[in-house]
Amino acid sequence: MIQVKEVTKRYGDKTVVDQLTFTAHPGQVTGFLGPNGAGKSTTMRMIVGLDTPTTGEVLVNGRRYAEHAAPLQEIGVLLDAKGVHPGRSAANHLLAMARTHGIPKKRVDEVIELAGLTKVAGKRVGNFSLGMGQRLGIAAALLGDPGVVMLDEPVNGLDPEGVLWVRNLLARLAAEGRTVVLSSHLMSETSLIADHLVVIGRGKLLADTSVASLVAQAAGGGVKVGTPATTLLGVLLAGPDVTVTPAGPEELIVSGLDARQIGQIAADHGIPLFALTPQTVSLEEAFMDLTREAVEYTSSLELAR
Amino acid sequence: MTTMSLSRRGVLAGEWTKFSTLRSTWVTTGVSALLVVALGLIAATVGDSATGMDAVSLALSGTTLAALAVGVLGVLLSAGEYSTGMIRATFTAVPARLPVLWAKALIAGGTAFAVMTIAAVVAFLAGNPLLDSGLTALGLGDAGVLRALAGAGAYLGLVAVLGVALGMLLRSSAGSIATLAGVLLILPGLVMLLPGSLAESVSPYLPSNAGSAIMSVNPSDGSLSPWAGLAVFTGYVVVTLGAAAYRLRKSDV
Repeated sequence: MIQVKEVTKRYGDKTVVDQLTFTAHPGQVTGFLGPNGAGKSTTMRMIVGLDTPTTGEVLVNGRRYAEHAAPLQEIGVLLDAKGVHPGRSAANHLLAMARTHGIPKKRVDEVIELAGLTKVAGKRVGNFSLGMGQRLGIAAALLGDPGVVMLDEPVNGLDPEGVLWVRNLLARLAAEGRTVVLSSHLMSETSLIADHLVVIGRGKLLADTSVASLVAQAAGGGVKVGTPATTLLGVLLAGPDVTVTPAGPEELIVSGLDARQIGQIAADHGIPLFALTPQTVSLEEAFMDLTREAVEYTSSLELAR
Repeated sequence: MTTMSLSRRGVLAGEWTKFSTLRSTWVTTGVSALLVVALGLIAATVGDSATGMDAVSLALSGTTLAALAVGVLGVLLSAGEYSTGMIRATFTAVPARLPVLWAKALIAGGTAFAVMTIAAVVAFLAGNPLLDSGLTALGLGDAGVLRALAGAGAYLGLVAVLGVALGMLLRSSAGSIATLAGVLLILPGLVMLLPGSLAESVSPYLPSNAGSAIMSVNPSDGSLSPWAGLAVFTGYVVVTLGAAAYRLRKSDV
């Protein structure tokens, strides 16, 4: 479990993370979403103690990261797939990390095989593609068989087969009862993997919700009704929580009633309908709505520079 | 898997694995040893009694350049992790951070000390038959000879530790190497430009001059005694290590 508690991080007078609070629970995949520059990477660095929060506290499995006797067993992280010495082989990179914790060579071989790197394990990392680097980073994250796995943009640079591999791997890790966190700036990709979503923008929490409820929320756009009798139907549908908006000569947008209720009322009064469509917003659009302000702020800042 | 834990021995083993699995480590170490042996042999061949140098100081002619090479070895071990981004993986595995600095210092210093002592002895023994007949023959058993040769190893070992400390402090390979070269090679020349009496009183305390005192069989008037010199140089290294440790503890990676 990861607990981020009212964490603020300032660099000079720039606030990168602002009073952020969320919890990533065991047994589920938490998607950590936000536009580029929202503070995701900074938050992840604070979780493993690379950066110190200006105020607030981050706990991994109930303790500060540095206080654990075997940090690699508590949480495995992939922060930067390129953060490996290019002159060292993949196997030696993993072995050097393993030795700090007395992890046996056998486990190194296991994660190499798990990540599908057996053939290239002896090659220098400098010759690796981005996708192979991601696989090495994931292998390193799994080295200590950790209870929490946290990956920053893990599918970045992977081919479709690799993306599927990561998706299945993360689902399996969560099913084993581990806490899984992955960050992304892509809603569509994340919604396929994640059970829970934490969305941030400008360092602030924008949403802490399940994928299902975000979908439901996104679907709250009303129902489009096509009928020749717009005026009559409008009167019949009217009610305290119902809004009816004309959208064209033979079209209405109705919110407050679902398609089934509208269809029933129309049928009861013999009114013909030729369209009855729930207005869904895609997850990507919902995400964009949620983060629009944050993105605009970032852009205008960049323009001002 | 349940017995896994982070330990100082583990950190040392991990750092040794990193150190020994890079080609640059062996190239730099090899070049340092080669400089000591090759320049020692050349000096033994061309040197004569007129220079006022003895057999040991001729054999150790290469140590000035070798100091730069072992310093680079230390810098690559520490600052190299910042330039590649490896440092984040390192400090994720060892969040206390300081054990990494100590392990790197121990490994760079220990390796440089061992290899450079051997190189100094080889340069001395292989150079002896080439010496000008006007020079007094010296053997390993003569007073101060072994101290001077092992002292060369000790000085170069400490320079490697200085490289590690500078690299951790400045977090940039280029900046650290430039600083090291400036302090060891350029600073003594600059001090010579000071007015005579001031230069004379400052010069013995410069890092390279203080550290080199241990390498002379017959210390000259213008330098510190061998052990005092080594102590002064060790002091510089300890202060730099302390500054590196402070920055490691206090600032974000």
